[in-house]
Amino acid sequence: MTGRHYAIAFGGIVWRELLRFVQQRERFFASLVRPLVWLLIFAAGFRAALGISIIPPYETYITYDVYITPGLLAMIQLFNGMQNSLSMVYDREMGSMRVLMMAPLPRGFLLLSRLFAGVAVSLVPVYVFLVVAYFFGIELPPLGYVAVLPALLLTGMMLGALGMLLSSTIKQLENFAGIMNFVIFPMFFASSALYPLWKIQESSLILYQICNLNPFTYAVELIRFALYLEINWTALLVVAGTFVMFLAAAIIAYDPARGIQARKAGAGG
Amino acid sequence: MANSSIGTGIEPVSRGQEALVVRDLSYAYGKKPALDDVSFAVKRGRFTALLGPNGAGKSTLFSLITRLIVAPRGAIVVEGQELNKVGNRALAPLGVVFQQPALDLDLNVRQNLHYFAALQGLPRSVADARIAEALATLDMAERQDEKVRALNGGHRRRVEIARAVLHRPSLLLLDEPTVGLDVPTRASIVKGIHDLAINGGLAVLWATHLIDEIEPDDDLIVLHRGRIVDYGQTHEVVQRSGAESLGEAFEKLTGHERQAA
Repeated sequence: MTGRHYAIAFGGIVWRELLRFVQQRERFFASLVRPLVWLLIFAAGFRAALGISIIPPYETYITYDVYITPGLLAMIQLFNGMQNSLSMVYDREMGSMRVLMMAPLPRGFLLLSRLFAGVAVSLVPVYVFLVVAYFFGIELPPLGYVAVLPALLLTGMMLGALGMLLSSTIKQLENFAGIMNFVIFPMFFASSALYPLWKIQESSLILYQICNLNPFTYAVELIRFALYLEINWTALLVVAGTFVMFLAAAIIAYDPARGIQARKAGAGG
Repeated sequence: MANSSIGTGIEPVSRGQEALVVRDLSYAYGKKPALDDVSFAVKRGRFTALLGPNGAGKSTLFSLITRLIVAPRGAIVVEGQELNKVGNRALAPLGVVFQQPALDLDLNVRQNLHYFAALQGLPRSVADARIAEALATLDMAERQDEKVRALNGGHRRRVEIARAVLHRPSLLLLDEPTVGLDVPTRASIVKGIHDLAINGGLAVLWATHLIDEIEPDDDLIVLHRGRIVDYGQTHEVVQRSGAESLGEAFEKLTGHERQAA
């Protein structure tokens, strides 16, 4: 194993994900349509009803559609992380996960590469969404489009690692829908994606505390601040820490000593 | 297969060396034992058949050798490197065809092979040459741009064999690779893999429950209920059992009716 071997393998894993992404056009449109519906219909309706007071990182009053844009970017990544998880369960059922896990490289590296490949693919709909949003009046600082990239990578890795961890616990593809309902919707709604936390605190203290414990809240805030060329250090620490925790748990879950198949009694002939 | 001239990179002088050594291997799924104290070796230049009825523990053994699961007891040594000590690095000399196809259905043949070549660290130019060579040998060159989803079972198996030898392994593992294939395709694959072992110098471990895939001069491991019930050259195993044919010997050793197809 040389540095070149690592580089070639990493390139191969990312290239395969991109190929699959290109071939699954409906996946691309689904990941784009979902946040656009929220932005163009839901936010448009609430725009008149809800005003957002001046809260960091905003320096002036903003409209509701501007407020929820970072949350919708995180939403694309959340769905992508779960889609990636679904894809790993599918790979496992189809056997191609074995091909990856048998490569003569450390398993941690292989899983991390697979994770990064999934995140790289998610950046395409994120930036297309930002372009569409711009034409519908969501203007951000020009440098914000660049500054948000590291934040998107980190939040994507964190959500992807969560998806990877979940994929290790799912035995069959059919069980996936339940997990999606129990993970995606609570994570998204119990966060600062749709409403500022102070508004939630006014209506329900318990919900406010749940939102504060939800790592997705910090993913949204990290993206929000990065878009306005600021760093939310608390969000950065929480997202980075949660990423490391989810990744470590996923690597342990995919450890052969525990084994993907070890839990499947009677592996055949 | 058209012929078996796929490059193997095995020097004649190394033939007869043990490419795979399995020592005192045991494994259980919870409380259900799958393998019990299994020991054997697979040599270069030899076709070793792992014969056993369904549920004998063949696939479990393959999962252990490929490190998809890890046994708490026993040792697996690939080309002198013990899997549990070295980790995934020890899998480099291994080429594998699993019982369950492991191809990406939405990618075409060439893309599947390129993906595998990248995982093995083969540079693009080397991969291109080897893919072209392997596909030509396996009569699959014309199908390289077809999606795997569009291929029949026999062609998919050929792609998997091409993939298994792409990185020039010294040890080839095949887990019931002819299941579900028609008779001519089976015969072609069985002959091709025999040639890879005998003429190409690869160590081959071929799991099967079909006795007609085994030649009298092949090495044979008979696995039954997770235990090796006999091990040696096929004709020796037949002789020791007092039977007149391998089918009869298999019946005597395992109590299962023979299966020829």
